[in-house]
Amino acid sequence: MVTTMSLTDTYPVWSWNPVTDLRAMWAFPFMVNAFRAGTVVAVLAGVIGWYMVLRRQSFAGHTLAQVSFPGAACATLLGIAPVVGYFAFCVGAALVIAAIPRAGQSGSGQEAALTGTVQAFGLACGFLFVALYKGFLGGINSLLFGSFLGITATQVTVLAAVAAATLAMLAVIARPLLFASVDPDVAAVRGVPVRVLSVAFLVLLGTATAATSQITGTLLVFALLVMPAATAQQLTARPAVGLAVSVLVGLAVTWTGLIAAYYSPYPIGFFVTTFALGVYVFARLARVLAQVLARRAPASARLSGSAV
Amino acid sequence: MARIPEVARHRVPPQATTTGHREGGEGVVSLRRAAVRVGGRTLWSGVDLEVGAGEFTAVLGPNGVGKSTLIKVVLGILPTAAGEVRVLGEAPGRAGHRIGYLPQRRNVDPSLRIRGIDVVRMGLDGDRWGVPLPLPLRFSARRRAARDRIAEVIELVGASAYARRPLGECSGGQQQRLLIAQALVRGPELLLLDEPLDSLDLSHQGGVAALLGRICRAEGVSVVMVAHDVNPILPWLDRVLYLAEGGAAAGPPQQVITTRTLSRLYGAPVEVLRAGDGRLVVVGGGHGTEGGGGHGHHHELD
Repeated sequence: MVTTMSLTDTYPVWSWNPVTDLRAMWAFPFMVNAFRAGTVVAVLAGVIGWYMVLRRQSFAGHTLAQVSFPGAACATLLGIAPVVGYFAFCVGAALVIAAIPRAGQSGSGQEAALTGTVQAFGLACGFLFVALYKGFLGGINSLLFGSFLGITATQVTVLAAVAAATLAMLAVIARPLLFASVDPDVAAVRGVPVRVLSVAFLVLLGTATAATSQITGTLLVFALLVMPAATAQQLTARPAVGLAVSVLVGLAVTWTGLIAAYYSPYPIGFFVTTFALGVYVFARLARVLAQVLARRAPASARLSGSAV
Repeated sequence: MARIPEVARHRVPPQATTTGHREGGEGVVSLRRAAVRVGGRTLWSGVDLEVGAGEFTAVLGPNGVGKSTLIKVVLGILPTAAGEVRVLGEAPGRAGHRIGYLPQRRNVDPSLRIRGIDVVRMGLDGDRWGVPLPLPLRFSARRRAARDRIAEVIELVGASAYARRPLGECSGGQQQRLLIAQALVRGPELLLLDEPLDSLDLSHQGGVAALLGRICRAEGVSVVMVAHDVNPILPWLDRVLYLAEGGAAAGPPQQVITTRTLSRLYGAPVEVLRAGDGRLVVVGGGHGTEGGGGHGHHHELD
């Protein structure tokens, strides 16, 4: 946020030679850090986001992302590192949402209302903290909409450590969590601790949104948390392939977003979100097209084969 | 990621059909003078039931009488208020890994993007912690065994043609077959099903009922099934447990589904008619309960 005043006047020129361009970009340590942080966040958000979309907890994810804004604002107000505020508020809000009982399908309306209440209260607190800290207003934009500038090597290390711990935890619970997400009744009978896994996943989701919002800003977390996962679920119904596609889409939109933001005067959040949306629309169209083709070509063969 | 070794107890069952030998003489499910209370109200009491190995048992009765509750008692999810319940020689809830369970009314979200074969696999190893090492198939005997077992059980339920389609895109009958495969994949000795035919149209009801009868006969799996209509499963039934407000009766279907027994259970005159093709029709008789007449082919009184 501080080192960039000289860059705002003259923008680097895209040379159409990828090697030269990358070399020019990576000559700046802040760009190297941005790529490292973006890569870590894309992998983490891709994996956690796939489970979130499968569990239909996008609203909870959105709420956790919003809560990272008061987290960062509060940390700035107290004079501590914003990263502490991000994680403290997101994990805290995850525990609050986890305390809301998930009473099956009938309770989901109430759950959404309570989650929304948490979200509104979080945003209100954030605005209060900003008002209390009068000199802080300049940073609001990057808090809300993301910034890839000024990411320090320490921040990258913290992000990588958090991501590694989160993914390790998720790997331990991966299969029971999948079972509990798709088929909670049978999973419970098989001895899967459905309720505990639900809380554990919300905490992991809290850490993932806290990490992601440091790149995309709190309002655009969905660009990396939802869109790559939703794209993957359009393209494949296989869990392992879906996770891989989700990560790859996240990496692709992060990298292209960083490059586009480097070579233009416009903010990174816009580019990452736009590219992610583009990939999702493309995947959706491709699936519709595939369905139409499949229906037209061997219609008679499929009908006889699929009768029960 | 490190695998947690404690879960090694769930090995892949060697073969589907090696479930024939059981503790000599003891019933698979045994209820003695069992009673259950839910929310301070006694749903049923004095229920006696003995389900033997490889038997097909139907739990029948009007809505709200506690048929699903009986399944939950056998699973150990709900406690009994009185009496004794033994499942596979143990207290309820202790033999979970030897039981296959299909809950009631499982509306699969049409937008759920997960394949049928993945749902079947969850029945096999979905409760294991950690993720498997992505070894190539030829280096892992366990993964080969798992793959073969899943293919075998999908073949058994006749779902091979659509097991790789997203479950949400399958028809109700196809989903039910895949979910039965999930319940069977670990080679259970007891299969508990809660109204598995309820959401299916008539032609699919017959097909799934025949599949369950075949599983029971050929694979030697004891089946306890809550049913709304006895007729689709009547040809395969060994035993019936009829629950009603006035008590319970268990025994062979031709002894339980009679005018005399059902009139006693309902505490009101009820007539059981046998149609030309052997189908049973229960008619609320006498003073004309609820419109005073037949309830069609549905084996039910509300």
